[in-house]
Amino acid sequence: MSAPLIPNLFAVCKVLVAAIIGIVQSIIYALSGPIPPLRGLGDWLGLDAVITVVTYLIVVTIVVLWVTVLNLFTVMWVERKLYSRLQDRYGIMISIWSLPFWPFNRVHRPTHKGLGYLQNLADGVKLIQKENITPRNADSAMFHISPVLIASSTLMVFAVLPWSSGFYVANLDLGILFILAAFSLAPLGILIAGYAANNKYTLVGGFRAAAMLLSYSIPMVLAVIALVVFTGTLDPVKIVQQQDRPLVAFGTTLPLPAWYVFGPQFLGFLIFSVAMIAEMERVPFDIPEAEAELVEGWTTEYSGMRFGIVFAFKWLRMLAACALISILYLGGWSGPVFTTLSVGGIPVPIVPEEIWFLLRIYFLAAFFVVLSWSVPRVRIDQILNIGWKRLIPYSLLAILVAAGFRVLG
Amino acid sequence: MPEFWINMGPQHPMTHGLWNMKVKVDGETITDAKPEIGYLHRGYEKIMEVREFQKNVVLTDRLCYVSSITWSHAYCLAVEKMMGIETPERGQWIRVISLELQRIASHLMWLASYGPDLGLLTGLLWCLRERELFLDLIQLMSGARMNQNYPRVGGVRNDLPENFEAMCKRSIEHFLEKLENEYPKIFHESKVFRMRTEGVGTLSAVDAINWGVTGPNLRACGVNVDLRRLDPYETYEEIDFEPQIWQDGGVGDSYARFVVRFNELRESCNIIRQALEKMPKTGPYRVKPPRRAEGEGYAKTEDSRGEALFYVIGDGDDRPYRVKIRSPVFCTMAATPILLRGNKLADVVSILGSVDVCVGEMDK
Repeated sequence: MSAPLIPNLFAVCKVLVAAIIGIVQSIIYALSGPIPPLRGLGDWLGLDAVITVVTYLIVVTIVVLWVTVLNLFTVMWVERKLYSRLQDRYGIMISIWSLPFWPFNRVHRPTHKGLGYLQNLADGVKLIQKENITPRNADSAMFHISPVLIASSTLMVFAVLPWSSGFYVANLDLGILFILAAFSLAPLGILIAGYAANNKYTLVGGFRAAAMLLSYSIPMVLAVIALVVFTGTLDPVKIVQQQDRPLVAFGTTLPLPAWYVFGPQFLGFLIFSVAMIAEMERVPFDIPEAEAELVEGWTTEYSGMRFGIVFAFKWLRMLAACALISILYLGGWSGPVFTTLSVGGIPVPIVPEEIWFLLRIYFLAAFFVVLSWSVPRVRIDQILNIGWKRLIPYSLLAILVAAGFRVLG
Repeated sequence: MPEFWINMGPQHPMTHGLWNMKVKVDGETITDAKPEIGYLHRGYEKIMEVREFQKNVVLTDRLCYVSSITWSHAYCLAVEKMMGIETPERGQWIRVISLELQRIASHLMWLASYGPDLGLLTGLLWCLRERELFLDLIQLMSGARMNQNYPRVGGVRNDLPENFEAMCKRSIEHFLEKLENEYPKIFHESKVFRMRTEGVGTLSAVDAINWGVTGPNLRACGVNVDLRRLDPYETYEEIDFEPQIWQDGGVGDSYARFVVRFNELRESCNIIRQALEKMPKTGPYRVKPPRRAEGEGYAKTEDSRGEALFYVIGDGDDRPYRVKIRSPVFCTMAATPILLRGNKLADVVSILGSVDVCVGEMDK
């Protein structure tokens, strides 16, 4: 129903890149009068393959670096601010006015009186300044590889995760499968981190993480299988397209969108959400770094920015999980477009798809934040019991239900 | 995986203080446990021998900095018995009020630290918010938020301030409303909270009595022992209150200990309200004690964590010849291997958090 702000990120970027390369090319051609060999360089720059590669790099930069990092900062801010309000306090308040030099710190203005959006940036700057300590008997190579493995496997999710029907790096036919596979890579990094640090707390935390994440990946994938019975595709864009119409039940059109959560997939939605809370390692399933008994679990021995990476990647996973839930069950980026403006002949929707998508993501994120700050954490054996004895049978039931509805039409 | 020992402490988020809980684990199951204490030993019993009777109150305040007044009061009571003096009636009532205010503040601190033990940081912030009310009341009464130095040998330091009764009633009313409506939602009405606390760290009444466990931890085993009832000191016998006991049978688990302490909060509010009604409005609150004394004094009181016992001997000098302190947490520590054995590693925090450890009084 609605339209994306940018119909196709790649095409738009390619036009821009071609224009910029055209300017550079003309400069090089102008210089090639006195220096003839430059002419070849200009020709090479004009090749379609070169433009495509440069466009691709810029698209990757835009999506992965800017979109993901900006959303990471925002989701961290939302969480810290929201749980602070839940606990009857203001929460983070560092803002641009807290900077200790002239235009910012004015005489009669308190330094800690802002919305606090820059607090996470300040924390990152602090962590970069800290010493990076490696324990003496740690397996140094493994110890240093595992944050990279964890962070990169989470970033891989964003390579195929579309932000709207036009805003993505790559659109695979098996996009959902790729995302789930990338999601399931992190336990390996966590296990390596726990084992390599030569510390009993990290070891126990690593084993806990491996046991928990592996046992919750199974219901997660089974719930998606129940969904695929209905969708018939694993392409996220197509799955969202299927939900972008009014709901028809028993021959009548209901005033509801045809999101998969309304209907036989509701059970699958619940299972997938619970499994995702475990995959995010949030309370009540944050047993791998249960700070009360295991100090900081598998992240105990990390310091400096390595700690920052393994700490921030949880919010990246949260972002990816919320996006995935909304794509699969909550209609993705579909939503009403109220009116379109015409900017230079190009129609620009007043509420683009990206806004609808981000609204859903932040609503889900807020829900998970409130949930996780109002319950204690569950014990490890209880977590595994819930996973193996409840979620897996229920997800098999969800497949059965989905198949039954499919057969009956 | 072979069994190995894990040091939970001396610096660990689980230990609310400085002590080391050595835990032997087989995978996640605890096969053995060994508490190592003494990191905070300051030699209280010896230091007190070289200070005058009155000046020792400053020291006993620091025995447990979360529950100062109850400890100073136990010491003062023992010295009074040795000297053979009696606190005036209004002084006794003021002492009862201050003791119960301190008990509420101490229990709220315990509840606050029990939250993050289980991963519930919201509980910490909420309990500290309400603890502030009672610290304000204590500050109004004694002038300090911590280490109040309020009880004196022969009474209390000063009379209650003006309007104290009204402010006390207003704070208690506000607190009781939160206790009824807000706290149950994140604590015992929460399914996850009950999953974490029910059935872990069980202690039978026989074991509890044999190992010298007292106070709320013993009452959680279903044993009706409350020194405020059994051996009333001050004016507790004139107050109508119910010692909080775990009624639902079975052996005392973490949940029973939680419920007993949680209900004690409400019961203490009840005691304070009654005391405010029944106390004489005017009168002396302190008698002058003799400077030198000879004899023996022995007092046992119901501290926030169990039975606090002071035994003081005077030899005619202006300072005690010998002081013996019985700390309830010290005795409870001996029972921790029984509490922990057979439980999961994650339950260590759930069990030791519910026991309410205060290292200051444990190591003396």
